[in-house]
Amino acid sequence: MANLTLVQAINLALTQEMEADSRVILLGEDVGKNGGVFRVTEGLQARFGADRVVDTPLAESGIMGSAIGLAMGGLRPVPEIQFEGFLGPAYDQLTNHAARYRTRSRGAVTIPMTVRVPVGGGIHAPELHSDSPEAIYAHTPGLKVVMPSTPYDAKGMLISAIRDPDPVIYFEPKRIYRAFREEVPEDEYTVPIGKAKIVEEGTDLTVISWGATVLQCIEAMDNLPEDLSIELIDMRTIYPIDVDTIVESVSKTGRCVIVHEAPRTCGFGAELATLIQEHCFLHLEAPVQRVAGFDTVMPYYKLELDYLPDAKRIAAGVMECAAY
Amino acid sequence: MPKKTAYTAKIEYLQILDENGKLDERLARGTLKDDEVIFLYEQMTISRHYDEIAFKLQRSGRMGTYPQNKGQEAGPAGAGYAIRQHNPEAWLVPCYRENLALFLNGLPMEKILLHWMGDERGNQIPDGVNILPISIPIGTHPLHAAGLAWAGKYRGEDRVAITFFGDGATSEGDVHEALNFASALKLPVIFFCQNNRWAISVPSSIQTGSETFAQKGLAYGMPCFQIDGNDIFASYKVVKDAINRAVKENQPTFIESLTYRLGDHTTADDARRYRDPEEVEAWVGRDPLIRTRKYLESKDLWSESKQKELEAKAKEVVDAVVKKAEGIDKPTTDDIFDYTFAELNGQLIEQKQTLRTSSLGTHPQQEGLQTHA
Repeated sequence: MANLTLVQAINLALTQEMEADSRVILLGEDVGKNGGVFRVTEGLQARFGADRVVDTPLAESGIMGSAIGLAMGGLRPVPEIQFEGFLGPAYDQLTNHAARYRTRSRGAVTIPMTVRVPVGGGIHAPELHSDSPEAIYAHTPGLKVVMPSTPYDAKGMLISAIRDPDPVIYFEPKRIYRAFREEVPEDEYTVPIGKAKIVEEGTDLTVISWGATVLQCIEAMDNLPEDLSIELIDMRTIYPIDVDTIVESVSKTGRCVIVHEAPRTCGFGAELATLIQEHCFLHLEAPVQRVAGFDTVMPYYKLELDYLPDAKRIAAGVMECAAY
Repeated sequence: MPKKTAYTAKIEYLQILDENGKLDERLARGTLKDDEVIFLYEQMTISRHYDEIAFKLQRSGRMGTYPQNKGQEAGPAGAGYAIRQHNPEAWLVPCYRENLALFLNGLPMEKILLHWMGDERGNQIPDGVNILPISIPIGTHPLHAAGLAWAGKYRGEDRVAITFFGDGATSEGDVHEALNFASALKLPVIFFCQNNRWAISVPSSIQTGSETFAQKGLAYGMPCFQIDGNDIFASYKVVKDAINRAVKENQPTFIESLTYRLGDHTTADDARRYRDPEEVEAWVGRDPLIRTRKYLESKDLWSESKQKELEAKAKEVVDAVVKKAEGIDKPTTDDIFDYTFAELNGQLIEQKQTLRTSSLGTHPQQEGLQTHA
């Protein structure tokens, strides 16, 4: 066991998977000598060589498209897109090619690829470095989308992603890259894709979140009345959706608040709210409440903390839902 | 500070068999032998007949949209044959106007028809055939060729990737990213650009301000060639040489193959709206089949009776292929779901059941609209 940050846990997972499987190679902008702009791949080029940790030309579509070719050629590429805002140029390769090849070739061509992407706001970054586009990719058939929020899950889910036979977008909430440490086993282990985690059990109200806002939810819960028993669920995987865990929880509590950074309209919370009304209608005591970003462009950093759901807004949402 | 020339370049143009069927014997040395020319002439003739039948299938409502290959057989024939002879493990990464290169490298002929009949199983390439499904969007697939070549290089295999695309595709950013990746990362890729002069209705003169398409590769530091794309000798030689460079030096090559799309863009297009009939007529005279036949006749390797025999054979081959493609039953609706992931998740399983039972709403058990027959 070691006490690791999220960044260190990801680095450890990459190291161990590269040790175990020579098909695993990393590629992207600055991932080699520099170890990535967030130092996630620190030391890996020195350890595994420049043909396994590859500094590519600065072109996201090129990174994604050539990673697709690497995967078709029998490797297990792990491309990094430096910030989620730069997924734009790679969008076509990701959604029209990586996501579709298995279906359009009826299983003859498959893309076992893990796309690592730092995601979300809260680090005072420049424009297009703070968005939360997970719902776009959850809406794309053929892609799996994950976003761990703890070092333990980060390691186990990255190993699952790399071993997965299909393309996985592995979003890394950059705001909590170094926010806290956690005991992470030295041994390799997996955390399944498609399984949410109950962070805290409760009976009165369900709070659902993922990524960095899970921490904001925990902070909010510390300041809520003690007699309000809250069940906190960390989705961990955006797609495929763990419907069972949500339905079981909300059927029990009858109340649900969904928290995410991404814009409210057509955010992933909207899908969850629909699933809840489909499956838990007769158990509901209150409308499903969403505490989310707004339908605006993610503001530059002077206003980003006003935009992002914080403990205060989450607590207000919870109290409103609880009082309904 | 001195003033000097920082860079100069020349683009070589190669034609070995001219439009009258006259061969440049010196340039032809070490290229195709007579029996190989006969073989490729036969293959081009079969491919032409396949194309004509595909067109008729669409017109008679037996197949959907189809892009004719007519007039462009020689480039893919020479290139595909060079791959087959000199790098049979190579990956072929096509768009959709090089059927013959794929047939020469093991793609069952019914696959292409099946695809245009609206069936994904046409893209289900058999194991051991190193060909990607044809690419419908323009210019995105050369990056996949770059990645495939990269995977081969990583494993230390002497395996190249050849990708085919048109003049229009060179305007797409992904083609340039593929060229740049191949060059910067030293990947054994052959970029085979079929300049057929038209991207649907837009002529190549509007597509670029460059004098040639071949020079697009110059900026990426790779050898670039322009060839007569209706000449099987030229396309064979240029690809054979490119394979050597790719295998020995991990050097990519850019080839502009000058040809002409004799047909419409697809069966959904009418090129008379935008093309001068005189231009088309001039290119009919440069048809790769005509010149190859003239060459064979000039060497007493071909005759009217052999031609008759070949035409009968082409009909027989293509009839059998059509029969095979049309004999494949419509897939079940399960097929829509079954290849989304290696393993279907709960929601997909539920949706699959829902469609299977023609049910209303989101649950298979809600059979509201199902007719109770």
